[in-house]
Amino acid sequence: MTALARVEELERVVEVEGLVVRFGEVEAVAGISFEVGSGEVFGLLGPNGAGKTTTIRVLTTLLRPNEGSAFVAGHDVVRAGLAVRQSIGYVPQAISIDGALTAYENLEFYGRAMGVPRQERRERIEEAVDAMQLASFLDRLGRTLSGGMLRRLEIATALLKQPVVLFLDEPTVGLDPTARRLVWERLELLREEAGTTVLVTTHQMEEAERQCDRIALMDRGRIAALGSPVELRSRFGVPALEDVFTEVTGGRLEEGGSFRDVRASRRRSRRLG
Amino acid sequence: MSAQAADVRAGSVEAAVRSLPDRAARLRDGTLAMGWAELHKLRHDHLDIFTRSVQPLLWLFIFGTALQHNHALSGGSGDYRAYLAPGVMAQAALFVAIFFGLGVIWERDVGQLQRLLATPLPRLGIVLGKATGAAIRALAQAVVLLVVIAIARISIQWSVQGVVGAIALLLLGTAGFACLSMILASLVKTRERFMGIGQLVVMPLFFASSALYPLAIMPAWLRVLAHANPLSYEVHGMRDLLLGISAGGWLWLDFAVMSSFLVVTAVVAAKTYPRAIL
Repeated sequence: MTALARVEELERVVEVEGLVVRFGEVEAVAGISFEVGSGEVFGLLGPNGAGKTTTIRVLTTLLRPNEGSAFVAGHDVVRAGLAVRQSIGYVPQAISIDGALTAYENLEFYGRAMGVPRQERRERIEEAVDAMQLASFLDRLGRTLSGGMLRRLEIATALLKQPVVLFLDEPTVGLDPTARRLVWERLELLREEAGTTVLVTTHQMEEAERQCDRIALMDRGRIAALGSPVELRSRFGVPALEDVFTEVTGGRLEEGGSFRDVRASRRRSRRLG
Repeated sequence: MSAQAADVRAGSVEAAVRSLPDRAARLRDGTLAMGWAELHKLRHDHLDIFTRSVQPLLWLFIFGTALQHNHALSGGSGDYRAYLAPGVMAQAALFVAIFFGLGVIWERDVGQLQRLLATPLPRLGIVLGKATGAAIRALAQAVVLLVVIAIARISIQWSVQGVVGAIALLLLGTAGFACLSMILASLVKTRERFMGIGQLVVMPLFFASSALYPLAIMPAWLRVLAHANPLSYEVHGMRDLLLGISAGGWLWLDFAVMSSFLVVTAVVAAKTYPRAIL
């Protein structure tokens, strides 16, 4: 059975149709369509400036698309923004943990922010702490945590409301291999145990190849190829996903990434280091 | 207009009215959640309150003492330091509030803002909760200042309703100026420019108000500006409540101006705040 046929059988929790986002003259997203089935781990791959983060911002209601439509958990991201925000978890590329609060306080805060009722909050926090293995540093201030701890804490805060879809924007950027493995390990468990749908962006090809059920390769605002890692490799007759990407983009050097992006990601790597 | 369209419109109005209690509850919960976080941040950084209290004390004890016997400055009433005290309390809170937007820029740079905006928190709740944070800081500072004023035996009129009323006015003003600061922050977007704008705004607000001297001794053009400055109403009301001077029954106006100021800045900030991420 092909990956697409498998998706047809699943309930669709993300549906994107003809999505276009323009910033002035630039088309950051130039008409993309894809679907994500319930329980899938779906990867958006591509170089900086390919439109991955912009796509995620539309799906998390932070940005209005210029054209096309997007539904998350059955709700229109433009017309029913609140309903979408109530059914997702989102971990942005940059660090969203408050450094001036302890790890536990961050969990408590996001629990409140996401509208987890008071009676359930403590229990949900305990579950999230177990799932992401945070028990050893709950009382430490956010700003003293290591990169791997921060990412796990962030994912934990995004799980408190048991989201229909979990959006992770470059979850392992700036992490050392050990921390990276730990984050993926926890995500795998989450998927096996809770069946959470994950939409993840990354530019780490090997990582995507190992972790994602299906992958959309993005290049200059378009989806250049879409399928399971195995399908993509056999379609292009190459040994690794890395090579699929080279085939698709013609091996261009990446051009994207503004000064601000670069500055922000360097600062982030320094903090996460 | 067709009957059908009218039905649809009536339906949506009805739906909007029906969802009001729910929206109000979400606004309350959101504001409380943000305020809770701000309070906890302050608890981890209580030294901040004391370092920030130094500057107003310098104003009070150096500037105030130097001009202690200048009766023109104190509007004819006794000790200038007593006259200055409410002004200095308001000024200290203003400085906390006007640079509060720096936090918005920081949050945007690190990614917290994107995250907050993707939660179901109402925008107005985020803004009001943040403003509450500024008000809590101003409250702590005001308590420190009042204690020092009491120890130094500066002769203000101590009464429960006076102190509570003055602090209420101070908190309204601080929250309003904090919202103003968030508006500026979401427009300028970089820290460097925001610091410049903050300086540009804070000194005129301070000098074109009755914080340091009565409106009566100002040149006419400055007096006009001072009348358009919310800080003047804040200080006017606080003086009324703490010193029993410059009353004239206008206390209700001071509260009305400061409340409207907060409502307007909060609503505008809730609109501009999400734009900070772009």
